Amino acid sequence: MTLTTENNAKKIGILIEFENGKIKKAEYGVITAAREAGHELYALVTETEEIDCRESLQIYGIEKIVMLSSKPEHLKQNPVRQAKAIIMAMNHFGIHTLCGLTSPWGKDLLPRIAAALDAPLVIDCLHVNFADNIAQKPQYSGKTVADIKVRGTYYIFGIRPNVTEAVEAPCRAEIIHFETNVDSKRFKVKDVKPGASRGVNLSEADIIISGGRAMRNTENYKILYDCAEVLNAAVGASRVAVDAGWVPHAMQVGQTGATVNPKLYIACGISGSVQHFAGMKTAGIIVAVNTDPDANMMRNCDYGITGDLFEIVPIFTRQLKEVPELNQL
Amino acid sequence: MKIYVCIKHVPDSAVQITLMAKNQIDESVTFLMNPYDEHAVEEAVRLKERIADCEVVAVTLGKEGALSTLQSALAMGADRGVFIKTDDPPDAILTAKLLATAISQDGLPDIIFTGKESIDSQGMQTAFRIGAALDIPVAVNVAALSLDWDSNQVSNQNRVLAECEKSGGDRDVIEMHLPCVIGAGKSLNLPRYPTLPQIMKARKKKIKQIDPDSLGIEKPLASMEILKLQVTTYKRKNRILEGSPEQAVSRLIKCLHEEEKVF
Ligand SMILES: Cc1cc2nc3c(=O)[nH]c(=O)nc-3n(C[C@H](O)[C@H](O)[C@H](O)COP(=O)(O)OP(=O)(O)OC[C@H]3O[C@@H](n4cnc5c(N)ncnc54)[C@H](O)[C@@H]3O)c2cc1C
Repeated sequence: MTLTTENNAKKIGILIEFENGKIKKAEYGVITAAREAGHELYALVTETEEIDCRESLQIYGIEKIVMLSSKPEHLKQNPVRQAKAIIMAMNHFGIHTLCGLTSPWGKDLLPRIAAALDAPLVIDCLHVNFADNIAQKPQYSGKTVADIKVRGTYYIFGIRPNVTEAVEAPCRAEIIHFETNVDSKRFKVKDVKPGASRGVNLSEADIIISGGRAMRNTENYKILYDCAEVLNAAVGASRVAVDAGWVPHAMQVGQTGATVNPKLYIACGISGSVQHFAGMKTAGIIVAVNTDPDANMMRNCDYGITGDLFEIVPIFTRQLKEVPELNQL
Repeated sequence: MKIYVCIKHVPDSAVQITLMAKNQIDESVTFLMNPYDEHAVEEAVRLKERIADCEVVAVTLGKEGALSTLQSALAMGADRGVFIKTDDPPDAILTAKLLATAISQDGLPDIIFTGKESIDSQGMQTAFRIGAALDIPVAVNVAALSLDWDSNQVSNQNRVLAECEKSGGDRDVIEMHLPCVIGAGKSLNLPRYPTLPQIMKARKKKIKQIDPDSLGIEKPLASMEILKLQVTTYKRKNRILEGSPEQAVSRLIKCLHEEEKVF
């Protein structure tokens, strides 16, 4: 069923998301997933006018790059205007399928577009069958997976980061400028307040090391940060650590925090509640460090070490520094 | 001022989910109010405590059992309830239309609260669809809210400032005209636990029951249908690494490096 022939090739629009002036790494997985189905890909760029993204996009098989802009009210940081401009571009180019990352930006923008078009939307897809419009997504905090068939004139999908490995497929991309004059009269972005955890981006991290109640205070998280630096990892936490005020909410993994999908998740002093697992159960490999060998995390990990994290983690960090592959970074 | 709060009756996050026939989950487990909706109700009730002449109406769509979640909202301080009762809850597209229509038939909303998402279907879209149905602005994952309310103003002269949580804890400060939809996030407030007298008092509050068919909504062209629901199982290797801390760690690194090739 995944085979598609030339004549039913669709145009798929892909929302391109940037971070620190670069296209997000996880975006290439989304492009790869959409490309595998053999459709014509349109990269939709709303964030920046000044960035040259042709090089990076054409390596992954994007043939059309649509640079959206708006005057006099610009698109930057305003999801209402962005949604309107994207809908105009979709209609102009005949794009009926749209996908993007299930990131904070995607979670805000994709439903705005779907709601305005009265189109079906599946967010947090693990897999999308573009030929039949069937998306697979977790429900009940990851306790189940549902295959959802969407019907309508448009189809919108948010893809969970890191579910598809990015594969290159170089081609030549054409850049198309698409100017609009959208507005947002009753919705204005007044300001952006920088968060306490700038730079934390758990949902797209490849490796995460998290600490729970056993961390006891803010200062102790330093041993996790030291380890994270060697591993090029992000640092996460359980809800107990967040509620106690040791770390900000942006670091919380779980049901009421971030849903993460890293290659490696290292849980230090985290018991493994259902709600915590809800956020990290799709991790490639789970490592547990816990004093209690019977903790749920220890019973549901790939590799476990029974011991005090304050002893184990510094040894781990020191030994990691001796791994040549990690030191080339 | 008139505030509507949309709430959903969902399985307790701690319960195990098992499947019955026809892609249905076993519903004999504990159900509660969706956790994000608790923040929505709390914020609505706090506004009511601050603003003279303010009514808070809790609205739910669900099966018979959803009545208990509606009662929880009334115990937290909502004035009355609207219960769209159905044995066969529809997809998010139709649900949002039913909620929006039930609300606009009931009164003129100034603010509609929802949770930012529900923890069962995790569709993350109802707030936006309600906003689109009523053509009013929407902000979700709201972590702080401030309202300039002047009851002498026409409603759409009044504004809210909503701080929406983005990645890394950044917050977009958004100004919206009323009426608007607010999708509550976890950092918005700390929901109250109703006292026993409040729970008793809530039983006397009015609940209007509505048959979805009576709302006169045509079946939308677009739909989302669950073809298959499966319980997930993740096979883990479960290898406990023995030895002294130094030995155990060195075994771990060997596994991650040589077998798993994560670095
Ligand atoms: C609606 C709802 C939503 C929730 N959402 C979330 C969520 O999003 N994320 C989340 O994490 N939780 C969530 N929770 C809370 C969840 O139920 C647990 O309470 C929480 O995950 C426990 O955190 P913890 O593992 O850090 O603490 P604990 O359960 O107390 O576990 C601490 C662990 O540390 C071990 N330990 C102690 N000392 C050491 C040491 N020195 N070295 C190594 N190990 C040690 C202990 O053996 C124990 O296993 C939610 C709960 C509810 C009801």
